[in-house]
Amino acid sequence: MNGFERLFPYLLAGVSVGGQYALIAIGYTMVYGILRLINFAHGDIFTVAGFFMVYMSATMPLFVSIPLTIILTVALGFTVERVAYKPLREAPRMSIMISAIGVSYLLQNLMWYVTGGLAKQYPVLPWLSDSVTILTATTKIVTIVTPVLTVALVLLLLQLINHTKTGMAMRAVSRDFETAKLMGIKIDQVISISFIIGSFLAAVGSLLYFTNYPTVTPTVGAMPGLKAFVAAVFGGIGSIPGAVVGAFLIGISENLLKAFGYSTFSDAFTFALLIVILLVRPTGLFGEKTIDKV
Amino acid sequence: MKTKKRGLLIGFILLALLFIGLYILENSLSSATMLITILKKGVIYALIAVSMNLLNGFTGLFSLGQAGFMLIGAYTYAILTIPVEMRGMIYQYYDGGVVQFALPAIIGMLCAGLLAAFFAFLVGLPVLRLKSDYLAIATLGFAEIIRAVIQYEGLGPLTNGSNLLRRFPTFQSVLYPFAAAAICIGVIVLLINSTYGRAFKAIRDDEVAAEAMGINLFFHKQLSFVVSSFFAGIGGALLAMYQGSIQAATFKSAMTYEILLIVVIGGMGSVSGSIIASFLFVASSEWWLRFLDNEMFIGTFQVPLLRSGFRMVVFSVIIMAVVLFYRRGIMGDKEFSLSRVRNRLSNRKAGPNA
Repeated sequence: MNGFERLFPYLLAGVSVGGQYALIAIGYTMVYGILRLINFAHGDIFTVAGFFMVYMSATMPLFVSIPLTIILTVALGFTVERVAYKPLREAPRMSIMISAIGVSYLLQNLMWYVTGGLAKQYPVLPWLSDSVTILTATTKIVTIVTPVLTVALVLLLLQLINHTKTGMAMRAVSRDFETAKLMGIKIDQVISISFIIGSFLAAVGSLLYFTNYPTVTPTVGAMPGLKAFVAAVFGGIGSIPGAVVGAFLIGISENLLKAFGYSTFSDAFTFALLIVILLVRPTGLFGEKTIDKV
Repeated sequence: MKTKKRGLLIGFILLALLFIGLYILENSLSSATMLITILKKGVIYALIAVSMNLLNGFTGLFSLGQAGFMLIGAYTYAILTIPVEMRGMIYQYYDGGVVQFALPAIIGMLCAGLLAAFFAFLVGLPVLRLKSDYLAIATLGFAEIIRAVIQYEGLGPLTNGSNLLRRFPTFQSVLYPFAAAAICIGVIVLLINSTYGRAFKAIRDDEVAAEAMGINLFFHKQLSFVVSSFFAGIGGALLAMYQGSIQAATFKSAMTYEILLIVVIGGMGSVSGSIIASFLFVASSEWWLRFLDNEMFIGTFQVPLLRSGFRMVVFSVIIMAVVLFYRRGIMGDKEFSLSRVRNRLSNRKAGPNA
């Protein structure tokens, strides 16, 4: 077996995982762009979406449970913003971040309570879970669907942001919060929309991500959540194409590390990459330069 | 000057009374009671929370690396103090490991603090140049890196890989963690009240202004970071002693979050607040809310919702309420002091007449 044949399955897995990270990372980067908040609860919302699917599919057919999962996840993201972040809009930035950590803690405990701390069997999605052979590697169809779907959704989102009125409002708010407010933009509405989009993409990402794994546990989303955040920083926080490129790069390099037998370090690598990026180019690959005003 | 001396004297007397009280308490109750357990765990959390408060509350550096430094402390302590004859059994997959000596517990604890501080120094060199949330995520990342490295199979002869470390010396008496924590917190309070402490607060309040006043930003941030990690390391060693066995996998970012929430509940920038909040946190999560985890019947009626895990849900709802509605926490940035309590009481008495 030559080198390419050995690496190819890992490369495929990397592209797939990268797509899933990208879908989560967009939620981070949009919220950070607008609120300057690291939404620590985003990874848990992603996990909750997994559990919605588990419980929903037990009683309902898939064509009902999948849309319902997405709707419920969006509702959750919206509610979290309204209840936990909106009251703190005028508070120091640290307070909102602490609130986000509190929400993450609450969601994890809630999931633990509902599941009794047991891993839950994730439903097998027909077609997506089927095996397929590309060149020499055998994999699930979801591996190929993920990057395609991710790119399609991102293009759609970019259309929304660059060519609609809502999108213009979002860009304005992320450029200058105060001025946008003075110009009559409904800040709360814009923030809610960005949480709704973020949660929607997280729900789609969760459907794709958990198809690769047999079970869901309450803390399983923390790590992909953090990695997606790293991807967002890597690409330049606030920039959507940046987050997507960052996520793919992280997904691929992580899986290549596994291919070379350093699985223990695949998590550590992501964070090492984060620290290097923050030091060398804090604004990330596509980030805009910011000026510090006193 | 005289009142300050008197305050110090009263403080020492109270501390002595506390220790005598603990001694009596411990000898009159069997050591397995919940109260003693709470006191042991609470005081260890108090030390760790105060060390985090030094960084987050007093210096304004939002760091989320505490669990990583606790991990270093706990592992250093365990590796250095496991008795030699036990090593063959504990390091069974690694031929007894590479460390073939055992240090006394006190020296092990000091080493735990020193190594955590040393790593903090190295980590701080690059990371402390970052601003608020970037700093938070970078320190969080470092904690994760440390955890991954310790679990790495290649370091197995030193760290026992991802297996348990146990059989290191632990403490029996509740006085031991109290004495250790009292000394450490005392040192932190001295630091906060010194010129360095004033510089920390100046940096917290306005970094640019502090720099303009001639405060060396980097030096003071680094100092705060290293000292905080030193005590987090000692806290980690104490936690290892309390638990009796340690495993790297348990030092997750969730642990940092818990300590951060304690600091917030107590009040960012209040040492006494952190201490009070630690005991409240430990007592309510381990003891007062325990009943929520058990199914309860009133007659034949089963009280709904009560089931394993409900305690933590209620608990995190309470925490969210504090975060949202009592943002200043129990103490705000004030310290608990007897004279203020006295003043308030006398004011209240004088109130209606005035």
